[in-house]
Amino acid sequence: MWQIRFFEEHVEALYRLGHIHGTLHLSIGQEACAVGSTGLLSHLDWMTSTHRNHGHCLAKGTDPYPMFAEILGRSTGTNGGKGGSMHIADVSVGNLGSNGIVGAGFPIATGAALTAKLTGTEQVVLSFGGDGATNEGSFHEALNLASIWQLPVIFFIENNQYAMSSSIQEMVNIPQLSLRATSYGIPGVTIDGNDLVEVVNTTWHAVQRARAGEGPTLIEAFTYRYKGHSKSDTERIYRTKVEEELWEQKLDPIDRTEQLLQRHGIVSKAQMEHDKMVIYEEVIQSAQRALQDPIPEDSELYTYVYADE
Amino acid sequence: MSQPTRKITYLQAITEALDCALKRDPQVFLMGEDIGIYGGGFGATKGLEEKYGVERIRSTPISESALVGAAVGAAMTGMRPVVELQFSDFITIAMDQIVNQAAKIHYMHNGQFKVPLVIRTPSGSGTGAGAQHSQSLENWFTHIPGLKVVQPSSAYDAKGLLLASIKDNNPVIFFEHKLCYKLEESVPLDYYEVPLGKACRVREGSDVTIVATGYMVYKAKRIAVQLEKEGYSIEIIDPRTLVPLDIQTIMQSVFKTKRVLVVTEEVKYSGFGAELVAQIIEQSQLDHWMPKMMRLGGEFVPMPAAASLEKLAVPNEKSIAQAVKTLCSDATSRS
Repeated sequence: MWQIRFFEEHVEALYRLGHIHGTLHLSIGQEACAVGSTGLLSHLDWMTSTHRNHGHCLAKGTDPYPMFAEILGRSTGTNGGKGGSMHIADVSVGNLGSNGIVGAGFPIATGAALTAKLTGTEQVVLSFGGDGATNEGSFHEALNLASIWQLPVIFFIENNQYAMSSSIQEMVNIPQLSLRATSYGIPGVTIDGNDLVEVVNTTWHAVQRARAGEGPTLIEAFTYRYKGHSKSDTERIYRTKVEEELWEQKLDPIDRTEQLLQRHGIVSKAQMEHDKMVIYEEVIQSAQRALQDPIPEDSELYTYVYADE
Repeated sequence: MSQPTRKITYLQAITEALDCALKRDPQVFLMGEDIGIYGGGFGATKGLEEKYGVERIRSTPISESALVGAAVGAAMTGMRPVVELQFSDFITIAMDQIVNQAAKIHYMHNGQFKVPLVIRTPSGSGTGAGAQHSQSLENWFTHIPGLKVVQPSSAYDAKGLLLASIKDNNPVIFFEHKLCYKLEESVPLDYYEVPLGKACRVREGSDVTIVATGYMVYKAKRIAVQLEKEGYSIEIIDPRTLVPLDIQTIMQSVFKTKRVLVVTEEVKYSGFGAELVAQIIEQSQLDHWMPKMMRLGGEFVPMPAAASLEKLAVPNEKSIAQAVKTLCSDATSRS
């Protein structure tokens, strides 16, 4: 979680310094959702992510260095500079890619789960989406299809309560998004997405179900993004400062986990501070390294339009 | 051809191709609405569920977006899905998964994933099905880098091109004109491929090149027989694959006959015919020359249902013959 937090903060800093061409969707505040869920998967399990993907991609196992390189448009990026922040993919860790189209990952994840079923493996697929995405037709179609075919996919909805500027309460007429699971005959559960232990426990059950061939699960994890929707959303005029402060100061997932570990004597405060510094340094070094890397050759414009050509 | 052949219909050729592919490669499976025991919207998958079972012949809910999206996800993870979209008009519901996902994944992810997926779909007019079930939308997909677009006009090409499309590691959109389904031709019994990106000279001639696609190839062939009796020697080129396009074969013919008529069923305005004309002009200009050119296409109207009106909406043998005669008439000849 520290890695994600430092990565996101540094990416924001790089943007303000003018190093980044394109947009960013930061996931600061949502670290427990990413870490608690992906932590239960192996590199053979697959994941689809969203435009707010950096946390998911790091948690699934991609190194910060090629991720910085991708965001900085370098040829050493995860996608060779061809994808940018929103499309980071990493086949080596089972990351099927992040999607710039809201809701498009749900059917794709369903298809990967179909592969697992057809080939008789115990692989599962974790499909991330936001609260807003649950209003896309693709969400409903995918849940229904995954349900009738009992596919091993976990639909993990990070309800950070705002799509871009729209509050989810204005955009749905139900008290919890997990209720939508009943429409498709699958289990749905709403949890505190900033409680790492709860995220782990809930995802664990969903993964076990999936591996046992019992089908999909919908998890709705309440969380909050501290920053705006994208780099353009600096004022966040659709929210109140009071609300933001509540989440940042009282409900932060990293603070809560640190307190939990200290309370139970699992890690000392001193050890934690030390480990944090090490991770921070690694993140900064990765960015420095990526900044030195070359941009793609002009000829890269034409590579990989078609496979086998 | 050393293989035994027999006369079958284009529709039967499609079924045979699917059967061959399913038999040879365990990664191939089908998805679509009503493709199980019902046999698909037009009967293309008849008998396949009984032979290969419900795991590999998957009838889906009416969810074009999810079914194409699931095909994308399955293709990215090692499978080779062949999707049926019951009418090509319904492709609109799956557009995001085709255009923003399937077409772009290989490029955006810098080659990390391939999307070996085929979407085959009955298209075109002539059955009185009306505006939402009769369109020719192939040119939309010729505009999207990352997709291949195939449009066979005969039974032999249908089987060979479908097998080649399934073998191809790219997303292929495969348009089957409904009126082509009943056309018969000699087709080999076993597995064979017709390469993508290769046009076919369907008829040899010297006065006019007709470049035609889909069911228009059939109409052109018929009228060419009639026109020959009147002294016109017609050459017909069927591109067969729209992307990648075999412009060389087309230009070889154009340089020979010096007169070219492009005939497609799709609405003429902004259709693929426009791209053909543009490319023919550009290629000709390289030699500081221009052939005589005409283009026929569908009227700029939604497709009406009444038979009398439906006939008027697309090029027919009469309009093709008229165009050929106009191209050949001395009054409009240019050097």
